[in-house]
Amino acid sequence: MLAVEDFSRAATRRKNSRNLGLTSLISQEIMAARRMSSLLSSSYAPALLRSLDRYSGRGTGITRFSTTAAALEEPIVPPVTVEYNKLLINGQFVDAASGKTFPTLDPRTGELITHVAEGDIEDVNRAVSAARKAFDEGPWPRMTAYERSRILYRFADLVEKHADEITALEVWDNGKPYDQAARHEIPLFIRLFRYYAGWADKIHGLTIQADGPYHVQTLHEPIGVAAQIIPWNFPLLIYAWKVGAALACGNTIVLKTAEQTPLSALYVSNLFHEAGLPPGVLNIVSGFGPSAGAALASHMEVDKLAFTGSTATGQIVLGLAAKSNLKPVTLELGGKSPFIVCEDANVDEAVELAHNALFYNQGQCCCAGSRTYVHEHVYDEFVEKAKTRALQRVVGDPFKEGVEQGPQIDSQQFKKILKYIRSGVENGATLETGGERFGSEGYYVQPTVFSNVQDNMLIAKDEIFGPVQSILKFKEIDEVIRRSNASQFGLAAGVFTQNLDTANTLTRALKAGTVWINCFDVFDAAIPIGGYKMSGHGREKGVYGLNSYLQVKAVVTHLKNPAWL
Amino acid sequence: MAARRISGVLHRSFSIRPLSSSIVSRGKTSNLDGKLRRFGTAAVLEEPITPSVRVNYTQLLIDGKFVDSASGKTFPTLDPRTGEVIAHIAEGDAEDINRAVSAARKAFDEGPWPKMTAYERSCILLRFADLIEKHNDDIAALETWDNGKTYEQAAKGEIPMLTRLFRYYAGWADKIHGLTVPADGPYHVQTLHEPIGVCGQIIPWNFPLLMFAWKVGPALACGNTIVLKTAEQTPLTALYVAQLLLEAGLPPGVLNIVSGFGPTAGAALASHMDVDKIAFTGSTETGKIVQELAAKSNLKPCTLELGGKSPFIICEDADIDEAVELAHFALFFNQGQCCCAGSRTFVHERVYDEFIEKSRARAQSRTVGDPFQQGIEQGPQIDSEQFQKILRYIKSGVESNATLECGGDRFGSKGFYIQPTVFSNVKDDMLIAQDEIFGPVQSILKFKETDDVIRRANATRYGLAAGVFTKNIDTANRLTRALRAGTIWVNCFDVFDAAIPFGGYKMSGIGREKGVYSLNNYLQVKAVVTALKNPAWL
Repeated sequence: MLAVEDFSRAATRRKNSRNLGLTSLISQEIMAARRMSSLLSSSYAPALLRSLDRYSGRGTGITRFSTTAAALEEPIVPPVTVEYNKLLINGQFVDAASGKTFPTLDPRTGELITHVAEGDIEDVNRAVSAARKAFDEGPWPRMTAYERSRILYRFADLVEKHADEITALEVWDNGKPYDQAARHEIPLFIRLFRYYAGWADKIHGLTIQADGPYHVQTLHEPIGVAAQIIPWNFPLLIYAWKVGAALACGNTIVLKTAEQTPLSALYVSNLFHEAGLPPGVLNIVSGFGPSAGAALASHMEVDKLAFTGSTATGQIVLGLAAKSNLKPVTLELGGKSPFIVCEDANVDEAVELAHNALFYNQGQCCCAGSRTYVHEHVYDEFVEKAKTRALQRVVGDPFKEGVEQGPQIDSQQFKKILKYIRSGVENGATLETGGERFGSEGYYVQPTVFSNVQDNMLIAKDEIFGPVQSILKFKEIDEVIRRSNASQFGLAAGVFTQNLDTANTLTRALKAGTVWINCFDVFDAAIPIGGYKMSGHGREKGVYGLNSYLQVKAVVTHLKNPAWL
Repeated sequence: MAARRISGVLHRSFSIRPLSSSIVSRGKTSNLDGKLRRFGTAAVLEEPITPSVRVNYTQLLIDGKFVDSASGKTFPTLDPRTGEVIAHIAEGDAEDINRAVSAARKAFDEGPWPKMTAYERSCILLRFADLIEKHNDDIAALETWDNGKTYEQAAKGEIPMLTRLFRYYAGWADKIHGLTVPADGPYHVQTLHEPIGVCGQIIPWNFPLLMFAWKVGPALACGNTIVLKTAEQTPLTALYVAQLLLEAGLPPGVLNIVSGFGPTAGAALASHMDVDKIAFTGSTETGKIVQELAAKSNLKPCTLELGGKSPFIICEDADIDEAVELAHFALFFNQGQCCCAGSRTFVHERVYDEFIEKSRARAQSRTVGDPFQQGIEQGPQIDSEQFQKILRYIKSGVESNATLECGGDRFGSKGFYIQPTVFSNVKDDMLIAQDEIFGPVQSILKFKETDDVIRRANATRYGLAAGVFTKNIDTANRLTRALRAGTIWVNCFDVFDAAIPFGGYKMSGIGREKGVYSLNNYLQVKAVVTALKNPAWL
């Protein structure tokens, strides 16, 4: 049984494993990593070797949310200092043209981490013109693909070397548990760049049979200056999905980070230049959507736009692209993904997997399994156990060892989630547990479970983006298919069954870009992700992710006296 | 061989003089039988030839039935030779779009089409191709009547190409492969390439049936259902061939056709919340509106094939006679009404004077007249609006001091004929060098250095196609890479094989049609990840 593992049990295993000899310790860690791969990915096993000693000597003061809603202890001081808070344009860290800055806050307390240069239209113009020059005149698209791949590999090595600082910065700015960042996300970040480095010299076009005396080939060319707008929930992973693919294909980039989480992208982009990336190839503009983001989406010199965020903003971004220069747009947007527990499922496994599918990353996942459909035969048992599991969820300072859930990203999200919880209660859903803020400081929310949720309730329709599980009952497979698909979204779906026919039926019928069967949140580099319907356009990761950053040029040459056709 | 000769007419026979297997291009200089009007004579046209076909289908096609529009309204479709009415056509509006979409929705969600085997779908497409072949001449006559393109071009080039395209896509239907994907852990990963659902498709009037094939072919091969809006100038042939598609066994509701106008029927389709995908071919301005409507409604993905101002570059080492003929063809083909027309003819200064002289002579010998007449190379423009627009551009060329080498006026006194027109000494900043004229107006520009012509060729918002004429392999390779365009034709032009992808860089569009690339537009990718227990290998 490798696939499913209780998160907290895995954590316990890690603690116990400290007492073992080094060899068995390593193999245990690799096993644990593989088990936990259902949470994010299993790709980081080698990186774990390095991160082992991080856990020695930590405190054990873990607060289960149910035991006490007492005030949190004094926040742990992050083991990192902020070195980069300016814009990165043409290989230089520079102030914003306006001189303005904005504060980035610690979600544990709402207090200031640092002031960051605030990019606006003028900064976007400068960054685009640096990227334009780097594409039109610079060495980047003119060096061999092998040289580009070497730079990406060197970058991955540097990130590995600085993994501790990068992890701490990501946790500080975002509030996600340190364990999660250190053991999953940063290793996966490295994995993703090695994946894309390998693609750089494998971008093949086709030769094509003609109907007459012509030699036909296609060239897959970089598209030019790519603008990329990334969200705050996985600042570095989404960076890797976008930057990795664009650079492997030979493009240049202007990246706008989310205003909530500007820090880690600046840190790693500095490493990129250390790895040999020419100036102007990757420019980072910290700032806000309506100013910097809109300027990028509307820019006439940007050849391509990729956006990850909400569906409503995605529609605006696409409108701006259409009105300006018709730049092609990739969108990775919202979701309300069904997680379907069939009657033949192993209920304990299903409970744990459904729990992680929703609560992972404080529920701040676009593909969160946020509609838990449970077959009526196992419904009561499932609800009881899901409630118990949520009650056990360890909430607290994300820097503390063993913590499963940190604070939400900011005050706005925090309030929005509490509003949705209130709406669930008012609509008559049964609040099984949670429902309030956790503690009195920062943006912590209690792990919350609703049962008896009906399809027409807001909590069953909207993307809550928080630790709120909505459990719905179903009877027939046809019925759950229909209800699952009755959504504007189509990002992902989870299916939990032992029956091959049920698995196959659901796999085909569900209108979603990813279907996870007896697993969830498997995010390997090679697996494409993207949405049906209003969950987005295009695919990221995998071979499909390259298409977003390539133009296809058909070249047709007249043949004289050809030996064959 | 015969098939190859015929299907080649559309493109290659025009472009390969020495190897020409052409029927049309031979005919156009040798078989004039005394009736042809070279444009120089500007004589009044004779009485229009009566087309050898009747108009049988004028209603909307919804759910397998020909029906009137909900409003009962009709619009006239005109003969471009005379401006007179051919027939009154049911005019689709938002309500008709709703009906058509709901038929397509039902056919996709419940109907047999996506649930039958790919092989069965492919057989229906093959039967359709056979039926087109059987009715080739009637379809060609209808296309010529409604559009004004020459009958020979339609009958020997375009309709055989329509057949060819549907056989090509029929072959794809049972070859839509997903991937199995290596995982980093105990997972079995595969991708399914699924039909996307209900596709809205909006096609233009310049190649009504070829655009029908580029859009309907891949959508059906991938198992989708369709609501197609034809251009209001050319509604007839799509209705005719759609009837053949039903005869071939296409289930009702899979292909619905709404004749009508852009701001009403087109906008309703682009905005529809139950349409899963939209594909549009037309002007860049309209393309932007379509994309915005898609964004504002349900974010349906959008394929766009838009305008162009494609450079045709003649290097100093080119064979001038071949280059003149090819550049002439690249611009004047289909009355200049091609999105990929070679509408900026860049000529190296060493061969410039000779090129101008010969281009003028070639344009002057172009035969203009009733498109049904044998040996005619150029028929009328599509309608009064385009006709007026082209004449305005010609005036603008004269006013901005380009040299009018020949032409410059309407041809005859009836219908929408325009004299083959050649401008030399055209400068990059003139309107005729920047805008898409979409008419028989060749603009010739001089260049000196390869670097210079690359820069100038790329200094446009468009990037649809480019022609390169040279014998030097280094020059050819250099231009091929440097030109920012979706198709580069080297020593040829307008080669449109089914397998060659077509589409634009920059504001010429988004996505590719034809070839394996076109299938992506009509497929959703579903990643399926299954947990493995005790796997034998990873």
